Amino acid sequence: MPIFGKPKFASISTSKTKSKTDKKASKDWFKCKGCSSMLERKALVELLNICPKCEYHFPMTAHDRIELLMDKKSFKEIDKDLCSKNVLGFEGYDETLEAKKKSTELSDAVVCGFGTIDKQAYGIAVMDFRFMGASMGSVVGEKITRLIEESTKRNVPALLVTASGGARMQEGSLSLMQMAKSSAALARHSEKGLPMFCLLTHPTYGGVTASYASLGDVIIAEPKAMIGFAGARVIEATIKAELPDDFQTSEFLEKHGLVDRIIDRRELRKEFSLLLEFFKNAGTKEKSTAAEA
Amino acid sequence: MDAFSLDFEKPLQELQDKIAKMESFSKENGVDMAAQVAELNKELEDKKNELFENLTPWQRVTLARHPKRPYALDYIERIATDFMELKGDRRYGNDEAIIGGFAKIDGEPVMILAHQKGRDLKERNKRNFGMAHPEGYRKALRLMQLADKANAPVICIIDTPGAYPGVASEERHIGEAIAVNLREMFNLTVPVVCIVIGEGGSGGALGIGIGNSVMIMENAYYSVISPEGCAGIIWKDGSRGPEAAEAMKITSNDLLKLGVVDEVIKEPLGGAHIDYDVAATNLKAAVKSHISELSKLSDDELKNQRYERFRKLGETA
Ligand SMILES: [Zn+2]
Repeated sequence: MPIFGKPKFASISTSKTKSKTDKKASKDWFKCKGCSSMLERKALVELLNICPKCEYHFPMTAHDRIELLMDKKSFKEIDKDLCSKNVLGFEGYDETLEAKKKSTELSDAVVCGFGTIDKQAYGIAVMDFRFMGASMGSVVGEKITRLIEESTKRNVPALLVTASGGARMQEGSLSLMQMAKSSAALARHSEKGLPMFCLLTHPTYGGVTASYASLGDVIIAEPKAMIGFAGARVIEATIKAELPDDFQTSEFLEKHGLVDRIIDRRELRKEFSLLLEFFKNAGTKEKSTAAEA
Repeated sequence: MDAFSLDFEKPLQELQDKIAKMESFSKENGVDMAAQVAELNKELEDKKNELFENLTPWQRVTLARHPKRPYALDYIERIATDFMELKGDRRYGNDEAIIGGFAKIDGEPVMILAHQKGRDLKERNKRNFGMAHPEGYRKALRLMQLADKANAPVICIIDTPGAYPGVASEERHIGEAIAVNLREMFNLTVPVVCIVIGEGGSGGALGIGIGNSVMIMENAYYSVISPEGCAGIIWKDGSRGPEAAEAMKITSNDLLKLGVVDEVIKEPLGGAHIDYDVAATNLKAAVKSHISELSKLSDDELKNQRYERFRKLGETA
């Protein structure tokens, strides 16, 4: 049931008084989830959305993230205008899509394209939680798949920056199939000897965790991100027991062998630049053998 | 100053103490004893040379286990830059007794896997005395296969009393974890260079030990079982470790003769702990020269060379 479980991320909030603080918070100010200090939205953008007091990493928009991880002006977006279709005639889906397009200025929940870090070329897909909890429907699946296919064609590594509540219920089983489709593209990318890196950000759940978010050759997570398959609430209700405090955090996953490294947002650019350098000879095997023969 | 802390080093320590006493006496009383001091220093040097050139296997085992012996990270920080540790087996946990990650040696990417021991009590517990669980071996394999993808040479630094003998280890199938590594390491299409830097404890060592080249530091040992363990089983007397060390031919030069290792890397006089930098410089030079030779081989040649290297080991009547 987790895939179609309620994508309620109340379970993710570390603050038990969330609804109360929401009422207090204004458009410009809000309470930090990590340390409860009042933070100014505008000022926070300058700090890469990291709380200056407790270093809690708040979500970033897809375009802010791309700016962080790409050389200036190197980014060329692909499939910018791909939009979701209400294929099942799901009640209210059209309206939600319209509203989200307006408020986020995105066509759907992922932005894809190519560019460079320190002149090293790679493909990137960044999910944006603001767009329907970055749930994965046909468009997210298709864009991720195309990005990987195109990376394979261009013989470059791919970086998938994940954040997602899971599959998009409004598209039913078709959204489930996006997990398979994107994994298929990754199989070919990997077969060519190319690496895929994941950056897991808060929150990453459900179908995304059970597909490309877990398939990175190297998996990096941001500190204190919540990452899992089933939501903590669903698990708690099922097993009827309390969960450990750090359950499903990046730190928990590192301890349990899923995450290679937990990296502060301010260090990410350097991190991926170095990773790309380590893989500078990847995907060249066929060529070099052919050249020798 | 206790430069010489091991039992067999006592005569050296006595001489060193004598020199120190003489020096302070000369200073306090304004007596020139430079000539006598020089003579004693020479005697110390000679004794040192003689002693370390004729170490018994057991004495070498004690050097290999010296509390100040350089461990994997001591070497890594001296031979490489930009070490990026990668963690976890993607299954169960992250074993701190085996570490791994990409690094650069003189600017070129490599993958380093290593047993890591701890220096103090806290670190020793964290590293489980360099004794890995199944997840350590599974992480190591994952990272070696990643290196294969990155087309980067693999360097395995071996230093373990053995894989961890415990319930958890068996529950998660330590035998299977090591076995799979043995098979899969033969499929790697990048150069694999292994170096035993301290203890090469049995299957726990071999689990990251399938190299195109296998080297050993001068005072390290590599064995199917610890000398004490062997003595305990065969003679029912674990205290007869020194005899077992002799009998099993576990020292670097014996292993070279047996073909178990391809090269012995020189240590500074008195052991690697006397000068980490010299030990690391020697190790780096050996690693670089083997990698550069192996890099000339094609994928298939690398696999075949590794196959033949191990295929020929074993004697029959
Ligand atoms: Zn805070």
